[in-house]
This record gives sequence, C-alpha cells and structure tokens, in this order.
Amino acid sequence: MKILVCIKQVPGTNKVEVDEKTGVLKRNSADAKMNPFDLFAIEQALKIREQCGGSVEVLSMGPAQAEEVLKEAIWMGADRGTLLCDRRFAGADVAATSYTISQGIRKIGTFDLIICGKQTTDGDTAQVGPELAELLGMNHVCNVQDIVETGEKSITVLENQETCLRELEIPFPCLITVEKDANTPRLPSIKRAMEKKSGEITWLGMDDLFDTDAGHYGLEGSPTQVERIFPPTTNNDRIIFEGSSEEICVRMYEILSEEKFV
Amino acid sequence: MGSLQIHQELVTEAVGKKMCELCPFHAISYDGKKLEITAGCRMCRLCVKNGIPGVITFEETKEQTLDKTKWQGITVFVEQEEGRIHPVSYELLGKAKELSQSCPQQVLAVVIGYGMGEKVKDLISYGADKIYYYEHFELEEFDPGLYTNILQQFIEEVHPSVFMFGATIKGRSLAPRAAARFGTGLTADCTSLLVKDNTDLVQIRPAFGGNIMAQIVTPGARPQFCTVRYKVFDAAAENREAEGEVVYKKLSEMSLRREIRVKRKIRKPDEIDISEAQIIVAVGRGVKDTQGLKMAKELADMLHAQLACTRPLVEKGWFDARRQIGLSGRTVKPKLLITLGISGSVQFAAGMKGAERIIAVNSDKNAAVFDIAHYGFVGDLYEVVPGLLRLIKGEG
Repeated sequence: MKILVCIKQVPGTNKVEVDEKTGVLKRNSADAKMNPFDLFAIEQALKIREQCGGSVEVLSMGPAQAEEVLKEAIWMGADRGTLLCDRRFAGADVAATSYTISQGIRKIGTFDLIICGKQTTDGDTAQVGPELAELLGMNHVCNVQDIVETGEKSITVLENQETCLRELEIPFPCLITVEKDANTPRLPSIKRAMEKKSGEITWLGMDDLFDTDAGHYGLEGSPTQVERIFPPTTNNDRIIFEGSSEEICVRMYEILSEEKFV
Repeated sequence: MGSLQIHQELVTEAVGKKMCELCPFHAISYDGKKLEITAGCRMCRLCVKNGIPGVITFEETKEQTLDKTKWQGITVFVEQEEGRIHPVSYELLGKAKELSQSCPQQVLAVVIGYGMGEKVKDLISYGADKIYYYEHFELEEFDPGLYTNILQQFIEEVHPSVFMFGATIKGRSLAPRAAARFGTGLTADCTSLLVKDNTDLVQIRPAFGGNIMAQIVTPGARPQFCTVRYKVFDAAAENREAEGEVVYKKLSEMSLRREIRVKRKIRKPDEIDISEAQIIVAVGRGVKDTQGLKMAKELADMLHAQLACTRPLVEKGWFDARRQIGLSGRTVKPKLLITLGISGSVQFAAGMKGAERIIAVNSDKNAAVFDIAHYGFVGDLYEVVPGLLRLIKGEG
C-alpha cells in the first residue's frame, strides 16, 4: 500500500494585522507551524501502514521554510518527503495550487491512497483535496471520521455528513480528507529526529515537473484574481443598554430579528 | 494576470534593505548584490505599491480571449438529503434573483436526486426561472464524482455564467470537484456577491482569519463558481404567482456508474456538542433556580440553540461538564451567543471570544461580560427572558 499525505505550513496564528490608516498588512512575527488538521491525516496514514504495510510519503508546497513540516512528519514516522518550492508557484489560488500539487504527485509516482487534512487554518476553504482528486482522476470522500476496513482493492470509511454518518466503500486509488479529532496524532520521535538525514526530502521546482509552462502555475495559472483587499467594516462599539425590562426585551428582539435569528 | 519583475539596476544596499523590510511575508531577500523574490511570495504586490518606485514592477501578460456573452444564467445547485431540500438552497435562489435584476440573466436551478416531486416545482416560487431536474434512483445518495458528471452534462449544455453552491459538507466536496473539471475559479464562503455589466461576478469574502476582506473576480474563466455559507443571504419570500419551468432530464444508465458504494447510513443521535453549535444560550450564577433554568432552556429551544453554562453550574451538578464554556471547558465559536447572568471571568471569556455576536444580560452594570459583549443589557434576566419569549412567540 502506497500512501501519500498532503500537508501545509500555516502561520502560527491565523490573524494578520492590518494597519487601519494605510491598509497595509503588518508583519506577522508568530512562528509558522504544521496545519493542525494535517496531523490527523498523517496519523491516519501511519496507522494504515502499521496494519497493512507499505509506505507513507508526505508532500507540501510552499516557501523553503515549509521543509520544517515535512521534517516533522518524517519524525512522526513518514518515510519520505517532497517539497514543491518555486517562486513561480507564488500567488496560486485553489485551482493553481491543486494543479501544482497534482503535477508534483505525477512526478513522484502513483499512490493507492492520498490523505489530506479536512482544511487548513489559513485558507480555511477545504477545497484543495477535492480539486486534487479530480485532477488525478480519483474518487474522493471528504470529512472521513474513521477507517472501518482497509482491503486489497478498496477502503471502507465512515463519512461525517450533516445529519448522518455514511459507511462508504471506495475503490483504490482514491483521496480522502480526514476530520479533526479523528484520532490522536503521535508526537514526533526524538530518536527519529536524531537518526534521519535531510536527504529524505526532495525539492521540486517548476522545471522538474512534466508541465513546464509557467502560465499554468502561480498567479498566472489562477483563474481567480484578488482585485483588492480592505479592512472589514467592524463595529467595535460595544453597546450597553440600560432601561426598563420591557424596553430591553423589545431592543433584544429587534437585534435578533435584524440578524435573522428569529 | 502577470508577474513581478525586479529591476536590479536600481538596487543599492539601502534599497535592498528597505524592500526586504516591506514584505509582510518575508519573501524578498537581498544578499548585498542581488534582490530576489522567494517562494514565500503571496503576490500581494505591496512591494510594487509601497516600495521604492520602479524597483519591483508588475507586468501584465495575458489578454482576455473569453467570449463572456456565450455564458449566461445564474445557477444555484439545489442540495437535497433524502428528498429534503437544504434551506441554504432557497437563500442562494434569493440572491440569484437579486443578481439577475441588476444584470438581466435567467435564474437556473439544478436538482440532482430521486422522487422529489412537487418540491422541485416549488423552487419556481422562490425565484428559479428554469429548473433542470436530473432524476434517477442511483442519484438519490450524494456522490461527488457521480454528481460532477451530471453537472458537466448541465454546464456543457447550458453554459451558465455563475454557479453557486451552499458551503455545506456536500457543497464543499462537489463544487471544487466540478470547478477543477472545468479549470475554472472557485471562491469559498462568499459573504457578498455582485455582478458587473460584463457578467463578471464580484465575490467578497473574509481572508487571513477574517480581519481583511478580499474582493475576488474570475475574469478569464466560466462558469464562475462560488460557495456561500448557510444563513448569510436571505431567501426570497414565496411567490406562488411566479412563472417558470421544470426541465426533466433523462439519464442513461452508462452515465450513472457509481464507484463509491454506500454500505449503510447511520442517523446521527442528537449529541451534546456545544463547540459546533451555531447558536448558544449560556447561563451563569445569575440563574439561581430551576425556574431560571427552565426559561433559559425554553429560549434556547426557540432559537434552535444549544444550552451551555459556566463552571459554577457544573460544580453545582446542574449541568454535564460537556456543556461548560471556558478554559477548563469547551471553546465555542457560534454565530450568536446569549449570556444570561454570567459575570464574564477571564477563564470564561477565553472559551467564547470567537463568537460572532455576543448579547449579554446581567443585573450588574460593572460586570466584565459587558466589555466583551457586542450588546450588553443591564437588567433582571427573570424579567427579560420571559418578556423576550413572549415577543418571539408573537404574544408580545
């Protein structure tokens, strides 16, 4: 069984400060870290490997520092890592990101199972997984809460829907995105950190991929464009209301109606 | 579209240092000779706008070749589970109707399912001009691959300009798959939508954790895909006079090959999980007896809210610990949090600061909760809650 886990490095905090006067993004000094959702994806992959044998590879796309999350995954138990890193990948939207990752995967081999975290804490869209599955021509299931059975030709999972859970059998190759708290991720092993060498991480730039048309990557390859960014119109004024109980009731009811809660 | 160009001839040591400092993503490096942009670049273009003029420039490259007039119609994907239409679909139809008035286009609805009968026709009353109903027993259960095949058939036949999905569990799985098949853009969780005269959809959504709004367009690709969360837009009022048509689409067995097998379905029990709740009514020490608890529970039920509490009420044995908000309890991030008789300790605040709208009722006007609440009401909850309940029930 060949398993690939797609992971991402995200800012330590998901808040970016904006200078109110100039509208300029302020530097974020907090450390970058592994997207918390990805820890559950890695753990799931390692569990399947323990049960069925095979290998677990990890892949990420990002700046040079993103190598750190690949190292962390290897210290947790992954066998190898690949970093897609190229300035020409910059400014990629969901479509271009998925395309870049799909090209990276085509380059490093074929996999029976690809696992992604449900979403990232910075983009928060939960869209790259399904787009990637489509580009690789695989079936996918999102919001996997548990693996019921791993067979020779298929995997049976428990999918978390809004009103129900569905037990689904998906033939390989396929892609799943796993829920947060689907398991308890193990900690990186110090022993592995000491013994592993950095040679286990391969870097791929655009020129290493099969498609070397820069127009398909980064901002150029992105169908969506950010026209402008602006601070939200926040209402930071705290309104304190004192009055008779009747007045309070009426005002509260108005607020609840305006905001469509009643 | 375009790329950033560095004009090295303008780079001196001072210029290099200044440019490096400017980038919020630390993606510009200077080694004393050469200025470089690294893979950390997010293409925010602040270095072009606010940098030393001319050092880094943005060069436009691509010309538009798309004929936008060939793509017409604002489409809503109508989501169903066991024949029941998800309420977000009506909200999307309401928005689609609104957009169709500013930029004359038809409002289209796509329904994929089985045995939905009159419910499909009823969509006309909520704003759909034309409904494409793809009906087959194999389509009753959601399958992103199978449903994408159907959407492909629809898009190739109709060429819609806009395609809106609910940002639900199903919508978040289907919309990206379909968008990827057509190599088009997808913008998640839009909070505001407009249509330009040239049919470009202006999509506004929070970015970077919500303290910046981004305005996004898909100028060179069609259809323009977006998702919108439940309860962001308003459903149109039902209009029984509205005219429209339902197109029943027959499908060949071939196009319906299901590869993912549904082995069984388990209905979810109503479990206690306040951390996922959209609306929460939380009670604290100001609620002194079972009568107060009963009122709070009734209010929670009326608002379809979860009931939560502070630590003292768990210690009293009134609540299961799973309902406690705070550092030693759960962290919640509801759209609405109503606190009743909660003073607002730091520990409590830590578990609920993420709530989008906080309404606090407390008799002590100096209570710390009023520093966190968006709306603070200084009053006796034993009078306020019953009065509010009467208003909600329409007895006020």
